Amino acid sequence: MTTPAVEVSGLVRRYGEREVLSGVELALEPGRTLVVFGPNGAGKTTLLRVLATLLRPHAGTVRVLGSAIPEEDWAVRGRVGFVGHEPLLYRELTARENLRFHARLHGVAEDRVRELLDQVALTERADEPLRTLSRGMVQRVAVARAVLHEPELLLLDEPYANLDPAAIELLAPLIGASCGCTRVLCSHDPSGGLDGADVVLGLRAGRPALLAQAGTLAPEDITELYR
Amino acid sequence: MSAATSTTPAAPAAGRERPAATQTAFWPTVGALLRKELLVELRTLESVPAMSLFALSTYVVFHFALNRGSVEGDLAAGILWVTLLFAAILGVNRLFVADADQGGFDGFLLAPVDRTALLLAKVLTLLAYLLVLELIAVPAFSILLLGAPIGPALPGLIATLALADLGIAVIGTLVAALAVRTRARDLLGPLLALPLFVPIVIGAARATEPLLVSAHRGEPAARWLATLAVYDLLFGLIAYALFDFLLED
Repeated sequence: MTTPAVEVSGLVRRYGEREVLSGVELALEPGRTLVVFGPNGAGKTTLLRVLATLLRPHAGTVRVLGSAIPEEDWAVRGRVGFVGHEPLLYRELTARENLRFHARLHGVAEDRVRELLDQVALTERADEPLRTLSRGMVQRVAVARAVLHEPELLLLDEPYANLDPAAIELLAPLIGASCGCTRVLCSHDPSGGLDGADVVLGLRAGRPALLAQAGTLAPEDITELYR
Repeated sequence: MSAATSTTPAAPAAGRERPAATQTAFWPTVGALLRKELLVELRTLESVPAMSLFALSTYVVFHFALNRGSVEGDLAAGILWVTLLFAAILGVNRLFVADADQGGFDGFLLAPVDRTALLLAKVLTLLAYLLVLELIAVPAFSILLLGAPIGPALPGLIATLALADLGIAVIGTLVAALAVRTRARDLLGPLLALPLFVPIVIGAARATEPLLVSAHRGEPAARWLATLAVYDLLFGLIAYALFDFLLED
């Protein structure tokens, strides 16, 4: 039997006294895509940050790529790619300098930086400070950063938020359904989000309101979560 | 897949059976972090110019406020060190700001690296800032406030500066890492740092005092240099033990 890439049971996470996540249960097989829907403040970002080892669970068990979080989070780092609301890049450095910096942290060769700059179509602007690039361009660099070390698991928090259709198409081989990674993706787009999804988790006020195979759901079922 | 160029196997604690993700080697990580720190400072010029300008203007203020031709001995040592210390706090306050505001912490925490590399890189960064500060501030102090030329005192002064700077850099990094994630980081940093810096000011000022007496210039007091070294070592160990926890959620 295959070990799930992500296995969550009874997850609770609080900020102060407030429970942001409560009773979350899920299991995701390797190579599959989980899409998390839910209104603002539902706990989607918190769930992703727990899976990325950036936040500790306060109760329940979380296993990512076979390792328990937080006890074995050292075994997960470097195997996960994370795209959040912030690009995790330095504004004063250029795209190339930022990617080179992260490549060194991950022990990745310099060639990979050039290859990715080319893939996200930023070679020509690669030596300009990030603060001079548009939000969409910065998002493309952030995606390049997240896949630099060819992670096994991609954690994507609304990765297409600032992107035009051409850029979305450009990034498809890196973070789209065809990338070959296990993916956990947060989305607000009921129809677009269901494309390429295998499993859907709906959150409402930090609690699971829906967990189903994507094939059994219609966009209207997702829209219901937001009412 | 791209080659993992400079990697060594991670060393998980005893009892952990699962093979760890490959951990990036320590010194290349420190090098990458230090290079990034210096690049960001060169581009923004946020810390070192502010530190230097603060020290210069404070010496000018002392020059006019004291209304005397020159100072020496304990008064000179006090002015030198109190000014350098307050200038250093400006750098300490900014040390982790780019990381906190631009997500650099998360980027670092996601990488398979020894977190002590960040501590060492930040200490080295602060040491570099202090070196530049002192290259500007010490000659200015000599011109504006010292009666006698500072040249003969330099060997002893450099030894004292090195030991004091190391302590300031280690404590400054520890305090900055603690303060930066709080809402009142601009207040909390100096409030936490100043009491911890007091022994450094006392040790450095006492060690420097005999160097700044024009009539009978002496050697830096070995007792105070040893005190500074012990204090540096103590806080080096504390920083090594605590730094990981400061980065945790």
